[in-house]
Amino acid sequence: MWLNRDLVSIGDLSKEEILEVLAKANSLLEYGKSGHPDLPLKGKIIATLFYEPSTRTRLSFESAAKRMGAEVLGFGSLESTSVAKGETLLDTVRIIDGYSDAIVLRHPSEGAARLASEYSEVPVINAGDGAGQHPTQTLLDIFTIWKEVGKVDDTTIGFVGDLKYGRTVHSLSKALSLFNVNLHFISPEQLKLPKHIRKEIEKKVTVKEHKDLEEVIPKLDVLYVTRIQKERFPDPEEYKKVAGTYVLRASTVSRGKRSMVIMHPLPRVDEIPFEIDNLPQARYFRQAAYGVPVRMALLDLILRGE
Amino acid sequence: MSEEQTLKIEKIQKGTVIDHIPVGRALQVLKILNIYSDIGLTVSIAIHVKSKKLGLKDVIKIEERILDSSELNKIALVAEGATISIVDNFEVIKKFSVKAPEVVIGILRCSNPRCITNTGENVKSSFIITSKDPIILKCHYCEREMETDEIIENIV
Ligand SMILES: [Zn+2]
Repeated sequence: MWLNRDLVSIGDLSKEEILEVLAKANSLLEYGKSGHPDLPLKGKIIATLFYEPSTRTRLSFESAAKRMGAEVLGFGSLESTSVAKGETLLDTVRIIDGYSDAIVLRHPSEGAARLASEYSEVPVINAGDGAGQHPTQTLLDIFTIWKEVGKVDDTTIGFVGDLKYGRTVHSLSKALSLFNVNLHFISPEQLKLPKHIRKEIEKKVTVKEHKDLEEVIPKLDVLYVTRIQKERFPDPEEYKKVAGTYVLRASTVSRGKRSMVIMHPLPRVDEIPFEIDNLPQARYFRQAAYGVPVRMALLDLILRGE
Repeated sequence: MSEEQTLKIEKIQKGTVIDHIPVGRALQVLKILNIYSDIGLTVSIAIHVKSKKLGLKDVIKIEERILDSSELNKIALVAEGATISIVDNFEVIKKFSVKAPEVVIGILRCSNPRCITNTGENVKSSFIITSKDPIILKCHYCEREMETDEIIENIV
């Protein structure tokens, strides 16, 4: 079922398949740091085509590939590539699929990975397409909840910050709606979760919206923080006021459970001040590190089918 | 067909009559069917016609040409509920309501400017119908949804 399969959108996966990735990533966890002793992907070549820079995601994929024994080729920016000379995505993909066993694609246009997957002979893994999908981010987010809380079902998860434009929030909340969870969305009025996403997820799980984090934080098992971007506000004064209200304070965290897990897709700016880093609840660096075993698991499932 | 309409446009000998078009949508229907003034056929358009069923409606009569039903069903994207009468020798030989197709390829542009189909790649747009009443189309590539207003704005 997994062999040579594309991964374009988190919606392509069932709950069972997501759980399969989690279990596999867990079994590879120790090799995320030391490398897999059997090098199961030895002899495989993975192409990483990054049409826009995202160093963290690219290095995480490349590290995962190498830990499994695969070779990596590709580009991390467009200078000095034929793309810079105007080659279309489809032409590039049809050429690179002759050089590699899988393509990892990052592209600024939404739907780029779906299109590439239709023309590539080898499987395409979406590493982010503009404001669209970024399924491996969602998988590592769910893996983090599973590992750090100990379960995904029967958890209460709060999202805070920019819920309107934040694609990580949209994909993760859709994927979580496959589980038995309670979701809380905390944001300023201007940055509320889009209606169509709320409609889609509240068919399956309970959804509540709030303006104030303090009132809801005691209930949360997970607090997922996202950045509020300056560009979203026409008035800089308004931005300062709103962003200031949603900076996470240690005093707010102390109102939550001791076992609460704080997550963030990173990079953060000042929505999580450094003082939070030392609290036991802060797990965002561990979350980023989980990207490697999760991507190792996916590469293995897709390239070897097991 | 009621008396009041036949007064507005004469009966045709042979061709296709598209009736019960939501008022104001006749021109979009022609656009979807790719019918322009240089088509070389007599096309009569009645806009703002009184209708018992809809209050007001538009009607189109295309003489001599009998359009096939897969082509006509595309009309449902902008004119749900439109009815088609195929006429031969002044007689209606076939009558049906348009049904939206499950998949729409080509005829529309994706409303998302950042969609890969709007960037010069050699690819036809492709949409899946996620709701029929009202019509909602989802882009197969960027997954953005379009409702009637956007569909009308994005006919190629
Ligand atoms: Zn699109």
